[in-house]
Amino acid sequence: MSATVSGATRGSSASPRGPRQERGGLQRAQRVRSRNALLLILPTLVLLAVVIGYPIVSAIITSFQKDAGLDPATGFFVQGGFAGFSNFTHWLLQRCPTGDGGTTACPSGNLGAQFWSATFTTFFFTVTTVVLETVIGFWMAIIMNRAFAGRSLVRTAILVPWAIPTAVTAKLWYFIFSVAGIVNAIFATKILWTSDDWPSRIAIIIIDVWKTTPFMALLILAGLQLIPGEIYEAARVDGASTWKTFWTVTLPLVRPALLVAVLFRILDALRMYDLPAIFGGGNATATWSVLVVEQMRQGPNAASALSTIVFVFIFVIAFVFVRFLGANVVQTTQAQQKGELK
Amino acid sequence: MTTTATRIGAGARSDAEQRVDVNRAAASRRRWASARTWVQAAIIVIWCLLPFYWMVVTSFRDVGYTFDTAFWPTHVTLDNYVTALSTHWGNHLGRALLNSLIIGVSVTVVSLVIGVFASYALARVEFRFKGIVLGVIMGASMFPGVALLTPLFQLFTNIGWMGTYQALIIPEISFALPLTVYTLTSFLREMPWDLEEAARIDGCTSAQAFRKVILPLAAPAVFTTAILAFIASWNEFLISSQLSSDATQPVTVAIASFTGSLPHQVPYTAIMAAGTIVTVPLVVLVLILQRRIVAGLTAGGVKG
Repeated sequence: MSATVSGATRGSSASPRGPRQERGGLQRAQRVRSRNALLLILPTLVLLAVVIGYPIVSAIITSFQKDAGLDPATGFFVQGGFAGFSNFTHWLLQRCPTGDGGTTACPSGNLGAQFWSATFTTFFFTVTTVVLETVIGFWMAIIMNRAFAGRSLVRTAILVPWAIPTAVTAKLWYFIFSVAGIVNAIFATKILWTSDDWPSRIAIIIIDVWKTTPFMALLILAGLQLIPGEIYEAARVDGASTWKTFWTVTLPLVRPALLVAVLFRILDALRMYDLPAIFGGGNATATWSVLVVEQMRQGPNAASALSTIVFVFIFVIAFVFVRFLGANVVQTTQAQQKGELK
Repeated sequence: MTTTATRIGAGARSDAEQRVDVNRAAASRRRWASARTWVQAAIIVIWCLLPFYWMVVTSFRDVGYTFDTAFWPTHVTLDNYVTALSTHWGNHLGRALLNSLIIGVSVTVVSLVIGVFASYALARVEFRFKGIVLGVIMGASMFPGVALLTPLFQLFTNIGWMGTYQALIIPEISFALPLTVYTLTSFLREMPWDLEEAARIDGCTSAQAFRKVILPLAAPAVFTTAILAFIASWNEFLISSQLSSDATQPVTVAIASFTGSLPHQVPYTAIMAAGTIVTVPLVVLVLILQRRIVAGLTAGGVKG
């Protein structure tokens, strides 16, 4: 079948693509290629617009609407209508709606009252995990970049935490950190790692570091592999110490890769959900994502407002990284790919 | 890297006889450095594998000895695996495995079929707005899933899709498709495209050159990308935990809500067995495809 099909297409396409035509219509050919490229990309962009664009626009619209419910004056069921910024002030200023259309300070049990505590938790997790993962990941990358027998064993071992689903990771460490578990047994303690405020926060940081440092290490390693060996040789001949070489050679040269890796990790840490939701810790470990999910069934409009706040915040962070710190995501990952496949 | 640099340097200089003493000192330094590297490498391997090892060991341990602290397997039994797969206590791990497979394969196939064209264009053709398109796709891959959840929850409730497979597959495309396009673009950029030119000169059309020359050559890249997309889908929890029903829940949700025979006792050993069942296929896959997965991960730069 393929023979006849290809024969037919070849015959039909031979005349317009003749050599003379090609030479004369180079610009036209370029235009056609450009148009074809957009046609090839179109399905992806359309699909992304459906699965991401639509929900975002929808979330922004509903975040400005009141919850549908019973009108306190008439007792009839009414559609929400325009709510102004009340869904946003619900979170940012802890204002809850009163029956007569005004607002009042939210009671302490209300989810709105948890916004700043969730913000603290999210930031605390993001800063501590990203710092630890960067430092430990850098160390792992430096080790893996050395030539030694068994290097591929290290590279394989490092992928195991990455490959385990986060839900399984959470349950696995839930067992390790249980009251009668191995951690308490080794240190002869009776710490309630899965329910007390600070122990559960620390436990989640340890788990996240275990799970995600390998990813960080691999990204940094890809950056390290782009540094030519001669530069180190030159630094050594000049008598630079290991420490000095690290600060003046390795760090500046690996900076683009490092920035991209840190950016990815920050964006990823800001949306952390699986670990706190499965491992436990209650309010002490409730991140923004946990709060959105809890709010979703109580009042979707307020949940939309919160997820919009999260979205805007993450967008701003990414923008700052790309604009002011010069994290060139596209270029750096391309350069890494070239180095990696050599 | 110091070791490599030293070795190359030492090799080059060994011709010069006056440097022999220096080389001897360097050799001793090298031995010392390599011992230190070994110790540190061992620490990394142990740190990464120990929790996983503990899960596997516990999964084979009799439930009466759940908190046994012996490092090696003791009181070995397969009961936990029977418990994990049994539906007697309201767990449906077997069905959840099937669900994860259905969802993962669907997400992967859709993302690849749509994404392969975009990747080809992004890797091969220079056109206006290319940087913007790449940026949009990169941004989409970093998108917080929780921002999609509420609107989709409302939408799927309104149209009666809650708990259906499509309600789980469609949101997952939001991260699988960008990941696919980005990883595949990076791979395709490195292909020997001269062969495509050759095929064109021999009279193939653009589409034919793609199908007959490029696609077979790109198969390993496509396969790696598929694996990464599948793992990302297999590990997804947030969206699945909110939009799935008992009948369609994937393994991550099944494990998170795993219940035992007694109401106030966590069935640790059975959960460890369930975790092992869910994880071992992935670990085996990773062991076999280590090199390619590392290449794909650093290319896409996207966490699964």
